[in-house]
Amino acid sequence: MMLDMIPDVILDLAWIVIKIVAIILPMTVAVAYFTYAERRVIGFMQVRMGPNRVGILGFKLWGLAQPFADVFKLLMKEIILPDNSNKFLFLLAPMLAIAPAFAAWAVIPFNDFLVLADINAGLLYILAMTSLGVYGVIIAGWASNSKYAFLGAMRSAAQIVSYEIAMGFALIGVLVLSGTLNLSGIVQAQSGGIFDWFWLPLLPLFVIYFVSGVAETNRAPFDVAEGESEIVAGFHVEYSGAAFAVFFLAEYANMILISVLTALLFLGGWLSPFQGVPVLGDTFLGSGSIFWLFAKSSIFMFLFLWLRATFPRYRYDQIMRLGWKVFLPITIVWVMVAALMAVLGIVVKGG
Amino acid sequence: MNTVVRYLKSLLLLELFQGLGVTMRHFFKPKFTIRYPEEKTPKSNRFRGLHALRRYPNGEERCIACKLCEAVCPALAITIDSTQRDDGSRRTTRYDIDLFKCIYCGYCEESCPVDSIVLTDLLEFHMEERVERVVSKQQLLAIGDRYESQIAANRERDAAYR
Repeated sequence: MMLDMIPDVILDLAWIVIKIVAIILPMTVAVAYFTYAERRVIGFMQVRMGPNRVGILGFKLWGLAQPFADVFKLLMKEIILPDNSNKFLFLLAPMLAIAPAFAAWAVIPFNDFLVLADINAGLLYILAMTSLGVYGVIIAGWASNSKYAFLGAMRSAAQIVSYEIAMGFALIGVLVLSGTLNLSGIVQAQSGGIFDWFWLPLLPLFVIYFVSGVAETNRAPFDVAEGESEIVAGFHVEYSGAAFAVFFLAEYANMILISVLTALLFLGGWLSPFQGVPVLGDTFLGSGSIFWLFAKSSIFMFLFLWLRATFPRYRYDQIMRLGWKVFLPITIVWVMVAALMAVLGIVVKGG
Repeated sequence: MNTVVRYLKSLLLLELFQGLGVTMRHFFKPKFTIRYPEEKTPKSNRFRGLHALRRYPNGEERCIACKLCEAVCPALAITIDSTQRDDGSRRTTRYDIDLFKCIYCGYCEESCPVDSIVLTDLLEFHMEERVERVVSKQQLLAIGDRYESQIAANRERDAAYR
């Protein structure tokens, strides 16, 4: 009896670890190439080429080896510990930044059966994990013993607290229409065609959720926490080498996470836009698959870069105004509208 | 009414979409970047690059050691020693140019009465040791021999404006 149980536990554990690796590894590669895509896309929008040199074995390959060159350079550099910094917290901060960014992926359903942890309160878990990332930023700013880093951390904290609220209300709209906190359930509730997805009835919340997501990840035009023209690099100004690389990784992992979440919550996740369309609906394109999720999230990932290439940085008071005086009222009103739509049967879940 | 229009405009994000449109248009525009080693920008025939000493077509070196270039050089980059050759003509025994001192002003070329010292349009040269910055007479003559056709062509194109 005991002999039977122990291998079972170990097997389960090993199986979970394999699943975690199967999510983390492709994600890390995706992050690496997201940085490449960012430099390339922003370069193109500024009418220049972007990185197009670094290749393998003399082949340039449009610079596709650039992210690996960057990573290896960063890993081989020295991690400088500033004088009078809190060494323990200084090194803990990058881990605190990256752990939630990775942990949130546990509940992401890639299609109707591919999900690491299909928990009931998935949406709450996501909300908790995306907010936890700010601790890494605050602790980094405090432990660095640098004014710039501290200013960046303070700004970041205030900004994330403000936008968390708008984000939470946007999610309540999704909750009202889907009636479940389970992410797979939320996607199932959107089944039907492209017009049964939640982006249409929840259009304002959809926009606000994504914009808040941009603010949450401290990306342009909400990147006052980094604000290189004012406070050098903000909270990670004292970081170098691998510690900086981890912050970098966390930022991009968060961006991908927000993109996937927006696709899941408002664009029907893995569901096909051709579902129910007469001819296309019966082919491969018509069935829901992981590729649809990737396609939808890459739209938002591109949007992240597009926004950064387009808009100048918000002033700090404008950020606060937008969060509290614009987003908050609109979300509260639209949550009520969503409730009315649900009660009056205008939006029926599951198409 | 104006307030309502303004609110509608900002709520529909019209100006933001305009801005996004601008960047998207540029995304598809041909890029200005010159991919340097493969592509190069056109060079003027008056481009002032690496120095060279020229010869006459019969192989005789042009330089007569008048030292005008040495005198005119504002950076004091040129050092010349001269002697009388067996046939009685005055020639240089030493003609050194310090490339670190040289400011590529081209006065040496302008001052030269026999068109001996010239600035070629070569710009891709490098050295790996500090001592290599001093280019000797032999090296300068070698550069001149190697790129004579190019140098002559550039002088030809510029002749009408001299």
